[in-house]
Amino acid sequence: MSDTATQEALIDRLAGTLRPVRRLPSPWKRTAFWLVAVLLIGIVLSRFTDFAALSARLRSVPDMWLSQVGAALTAIFAAWAAFQTSVPGRSPQAAWVAVPPALLWVCASTAGCLRLTPIAGTVPEPPMHAIECLKFLLLVSVPLASLLTWRLMRACPLRPGLTAVLAGLASAGAASCLLTLIHPFDATADDLLVHLLAVLTVIALCRGAGKRLLDRARK
Amino acid sequence: MAGPSEDKAIPIDDRALAELMRSAQAGDKAAYQAVLRASVPIVAASARRTGVPRDAVDDVVQDVLLTIHRALPTYDPARPFLPWLRAIAVRRAIDALRSQGRRGAREADDEIAYLNHPDDRPDVFEEASRLGDAGRLRAAIATLPPRQREAIEIIGLREQSLEEASAATGSSKVALKVNFFRALKSLRGRLGNDPDV
Repeated sequence: MSDTATQEALIDRLAGTLRPVRRLPSPWKRTAFWLVAVLLIGIVLSRFTDFAALSARLRSVPDMWLSQVGAALTAIFAAWAAFQTSVPGRSPQAAWVAVPPALLWVCASTAGCLRLTPIAGTVPEPPMHAIECLKFLLLVSVPLASLLTWRLMRACPLRPGLTAVLAGLASAGAASCLLTLIHPFDATADDLLVHLLAVLTVIALCRGAGKRLLDRARK
Repeated sequence: MAGPSEDKAIPIDDRALAELMRSAQAGDKAAYQAVLRASVPIVAASARRTGVPRDAVDDVVQDVLLTIHRALPTYDPARPFLPWLRAIAVRRAIDALRSQGRRGAREADDEIAYLNHPDDRPDVFEEASRLGDAGRLRAAIATLPPRQREAIEIIGLREQSLEEASAATGSSKVALKVNFFRALKSLRGRLGNDPDV
């Protein structure tokens, strides 16, 4: 069979199996769906939160609330960029929107570690507690990243590696925000390293397993 | 297939294609066929521009048609259709180039095995003379590409050895054999005695 005949046969076959399709919602709507899941986890965790202490901690020094704003915006914009890059024809440059909030998150967290005056009413995080934080960050990030990847698989990510990394960054940012609800400690270098390790692990997991799933989804 | 500027030569109305895609998303099979047919030359041109070799362009086109089918829900008819299509075409072309590169790194040519591999299919020249089709054979040879014609004339008709043919033409023995077998395949197809063609 000649190539043109093969193409014609393929076109006829594809047209023969055509069914009406439901258009994919916009990246913002899809981001909102994922953020609802983050919010639900937040509502569950808020049962264990001392809101008065949390509010005092965040208001006491700018680096505390700035790092939280950075993490929250990283989660939102990285998730949006992941959904955006999962649609053919949308610019991969969208990924850059996640960079400024991620920088804010990293810089504010680093500034917290370098700060000489401790926050009144808090203690530095005990060394062994950092492991608990790492566990929490991974345990929360992985289901969030899985949910995000599952939603992304409905699209057709042409750059699965980039999309998977953004999904990992979004999940790590969200997990870091959620951790604040149950983390009554002042910032320490250990804390920063644990966060960094957790973020990199989640991104690496997404880059490996998530990319493979997204790659399969587009074929 | 036409040249790389084909998508410019064919009048392609992006808005019309977007409308066809909208209908296709609603289940209109005729609109879907129309949009897929219109996509073929655009995809082929994108693949060639990306550097896909001529003989692999059709594979990329088929891959892209399958991807369009899979990605149909992701198209937003409020946006132009061609950037959506070209993004898929370019990525598929890059995938094809990468997979070709991987295959090239994995596979090694065994020149001696290739040269000594026997072809157990019927001899096209004997078959043609048995059927009294020498005229058709000559006409079919005349339509072959120059390198294949040269190989078939020297090795097949003048019955020179590969060494002699290589010395006479300045081509390597492998290149001559490849062109000779490609020519035989074409001739079998044209003379209608190859079940594979």
